[in-house]
Amino acid sequence: MAETGASSQTNPLRWLVVAVPYLWLFLFFAAPFFIIFKISLADTAIAMPPYAPTFDGFGTIGDFFAQLDFENYQFLTEDPLYINAYLSSLRIAFISTLLLLLIGYPMALAMARARATIRPTLMMMVILPFWTSFLIRVYAWIGILKPEGLLTLLFQAIGVLGPDEQVNIFRTDYAVFIGIVYSYLPFMVLPLYAALEKMDGTLLEAASDLGCPPWKAFWKITFPLSLPGVIAGALICFIPITGEFVIPDLLGGAETLMIGKTLWTEFFGNRDWPLASAVAVLLLLALVVPIVIFQNQQKKVG
Amino acid sequence: MAKSLGPVKRKFSPWTDPAAVPFIRFENITKRYGDFVAVDNLTLDIYEREFFSLLGPSGCGKTTLMRMLAGFEEPSEGRILLQGKDLSGVPPYRRPTNMMFQSYALFPHMTVEKNIAFGLQQDGLPKADIAARVEEMLKLVKLESFAKRKPAQLSGGQRQRVALARSLAKRPRVLLLDEPLGALDRKLREETQFELMDIQHTLGLTFLIVTHDQEEAMTVSDRIAVMDKGLIMQVATPAEIYEAPNSRYVADFIGDINILECTVTDNAGDCLRDGHPPAVRLLSDGLQIAVEQDCKVAVGDTVGFAVRPEKVRISLDEPEKTGFNTAHGEVWDIGYLGDFSVFLVKLDDGRILRAAQANVSRLVDRPITFGDIVWLTWPLDAGLVLTR
Amino acid sequence: MKPARFDATILTLCFAFLYIPIIILVVYSFNASRLVTVWGGFSLHWYQVMWSNEGLMDAAWVTARVGVLSATLGTVLGTLAALTLVRFPRFPGRIAFTGMVYAPLVMPEVITGLSMLLLFVAMNIDRGFWTVTIAHTTFTMCYVAIVVQSRLLTFDRSLEEAAQDLGCPPVRTFFTITLPLILPAIVSGWMLAFTLSLDDLVIASFTTGPGATTLPIKIYSQVRLGVTPEINAICTILIGLVTLGVIATSITTKRAELRRIRDEHDAIRGT
Repeated sequence: MAETGASSQTNPLRWLVVAVPYLWLFLFFAAPFFIIFKISLADTAIAMPPYAPTFDGFGTIGDFFAQLDFENYQFLTEDPLYINAYLSSLRIAFISTLLLLLIGYPMALAMARARATIRPTLMMMVILPFWTSFLIRVYAWIGILKPEGLLTLLFQAIGVLGPDEQVNIFRTDYAVFIGIVYSYLPFMVLPLYAALEKMDGTLLEAASDLGCPPWKAFWKITFPLSLPGVIAGALICFIPITGEFVIPDLLGGAETLMIGKTLWTEFFGNRDWPLASAVAVLLLLALVVPIVIFQNQQKKVG
Repeated sequence: MAKSLGPVKRKFSPWTDPAAVPFIRFENITKRYGDFVAVDNLTLDIYEREFFSLLGPSGCGKTTLMRMLAGFEEPSEGRILLQGKDLSGVPPYRRPTNMMFQSYALFPHMTVEKNIAFGLQQDGLPKADIAARVEEMLKLVKLESFAKRKPAQLSGGQRQRVALARSLAKRPRVLLLDEPLGALDRKLREETQFELMDIQHTLGLTFLIVTHDQEEAMTVSDRIAVMDKGLIMQVATPAEIYEAPNSRYVADFIGDINILECTVTDNAGDCLRDGHPPAVRLLSDGLQIAVEQDCKVAVGDTVGFAVRPEKVRISLDEPEKTGFNTAHGEVWDIGYLGDFSVFLVKLDDGRILRAAQANVSRLVDRPITFGDIVWLTWPLDAGLVLTR
Repeated sequence: MKPARFDATILTLCFAFLYIPIIILVVYSFNASRLVTVWGGFSLHWYQVMWSNEGLMDAAWVTARVGVLSATLGTVLGTLAALTLVRFPRFPGRIAFTGMVYAPLVMPEVITGLSMLLLFVAMNIDRGFWTVTIAHTTFTMCYVAIVVQSRLLTFDRSLEEAAQDLGCPPVRTFFTITLPLILPAIVSGWMLAFTLSLDDLVIASFTTGPGATTLPIKIYSQVRLGVTPEINAICTILIGLVTLGVIATSITTKRAELRRIRDEHDAIRGT
């Protein structure tokens, strides 16, 4: 990279550009993680804030550390509810990501193969739902999936179901999958489309010219070249789905265990801040590896 | 395009005058990027009103050298003097140089007029003066009717002219041109080359141009510096560079040339005949070569012998005098270039020599064709001994 | 052609999947019946109900204020962050900085929300309007940074060099050359930030306090109580606003595009 002139290198004001966002992110994004970690080691208390010990300056720092322990983490490992919630979150995120790929890939491919003149319109149609509220989009499904909802009415009307039968997927994992796939589809399609769209069309012509049939050319040329898009899309979906709260809360049932929902309940329902913090720390640990992969990938793209 | 030719050019060669003071001086300039040395302890003088070219392949350090003069890079070592004043630490916006960028770098959000006025506004000139200068510049590059257009609304050639006008508007003491004609097609490029020379001559400015196009450098320059790997190989006028390259690299870089590896067999003033200029005798794998040249080589040295194809005569008839500067072979391939035909002749020992012949008459029947056995000859002053 | 028909089928199905729920939602907001699923005739009744719901209107006002403020702050900070990412290839802590910009994009909202809340509690800041604004600024600035970064990466640096070469000092160069040229990216960054702020339930729930209930929080609590056409009405209005915004933007860009193409034609003809 060419550097600009010596004068701008030495201008101290120039470093404000770095310092301002750096300090902001450090204070409001990075520092809170240390606090989460600290509080996850504290005990619940009936007070405001509802945990003890609170940090009261450096005079009592010895006492402060003496009172910290791993009790919350121990509790998390002992109660199968939490372990199951973790495993269930990862399972739901994994299956959803797979479903998203299965639906998103053909869609992105079809978009990339469409005429160049309509591609921007298709692209906008994918983005448009993204601009409408997440909550609204999940809410829209409640009316459809409810036992007396529109899906039941539709199936009864076309005779798939008898007049007394109902679609019983509301408040089950199936409803959660539908909600997740619906909400995250644009996030999957866009990176896939970006990878497929910039692919050189003459590559497939060359493959065909060299005697490769279209389906083979797809697996040998198109798919391997779109892999960066596949990985980006999968990570962009998998990581937030693991911690998803709104969808399992509104569409899932009592047996739908997801760690985001558990954290929410511990925090808002049971007001157990230390335990909620411990849940958050463990969730973060589970996601460190995918997040690091995601960042490395973004850096490569940048 | 109507050509209004400027005044007839006079002979201009301040570099031969020992009393002349250089306008720009690069003094022991080194530029390093980590371990990579882009410019290596380079010293170079450029004189006022000179049209000077830095010529070399990409990565030879020519652009770096120009960017150091403009102030976008600082030399790792050495200093740059402009009219005797050290430019170290002077930021680009305070240097009396202006640059025409390879990409033109026209501000896309400003009209042609605003682009040209930009530099003048930075100096805080009165509005009326700016308007007058902009008009003058538009006239100079013949774009008067395009003042209100945005760069996107111009053709490539027009953009090039706007870029030129913008960089000239401030009357810089030195104009730097980075591959100024690289993006133009061949015909437009040739026309523009002459326009550039005209403008330079009329305004009496110093032009420093960076290019990888040897023809362009030959056409426009007073002097050329041929660069390779951060070093200057030769600084000379276009004619000298072409006729008397100082090394195999320069000889090979400029134009087409035959280079034969030889051993010196004799180097004496009278090795040919008494009363003749100094000459060198060489032996190249059985081929005897004599060159009229005064050079410091000793018997037994390995040197290169270079001769341009157009100086090699090709004939079906055996010359009267064989011995020196005569080769014999079979026509291996023929390249028809329109004005010239180039014959690739395979010598008896397998080496290929090229000979070019002007096509003076229309191609009705070609006397020399594939497979013909031909004789190649060249005069004593056609070739050159290269020691580097 | 066969593959073309296959592609068309896939696109139709996928877009139907994406749009039918939203269309149904909009249609049922005009339902006269109290039941969401039974059509009782066309009516604007639920819009009147919504309009007279003061809590809802207050929440909408809070959301708009939070959105404008955090999007603006986030755009300034995000643009600076993008400049840092692109223009400062080496400085101590760059890797950590890159991490802090990219991580919030995928970080589960429950974690971001909880960590912010605990920070505000530790700092003894009363929760409310400002804490939500700060929280929203923090996560939206990262989205802005990504949008602006991708524009800066394709930005031709020689434009800035040309300006400096013509005598323009660096800071002035930024404001006269760089900023006007990356402005479209900054504007779309702002719109993205505003929408994200408008949309957020989880982070706002953690960081809000008395008197600063945002619209998503309000909608969420009503949805938990039961589905009513009133919610459909609010949602329809929100969807309508966003759709209008997106369509207006795309028409403006399309016009600019058409003008550019026409200009280029002119340029080629008028050499």
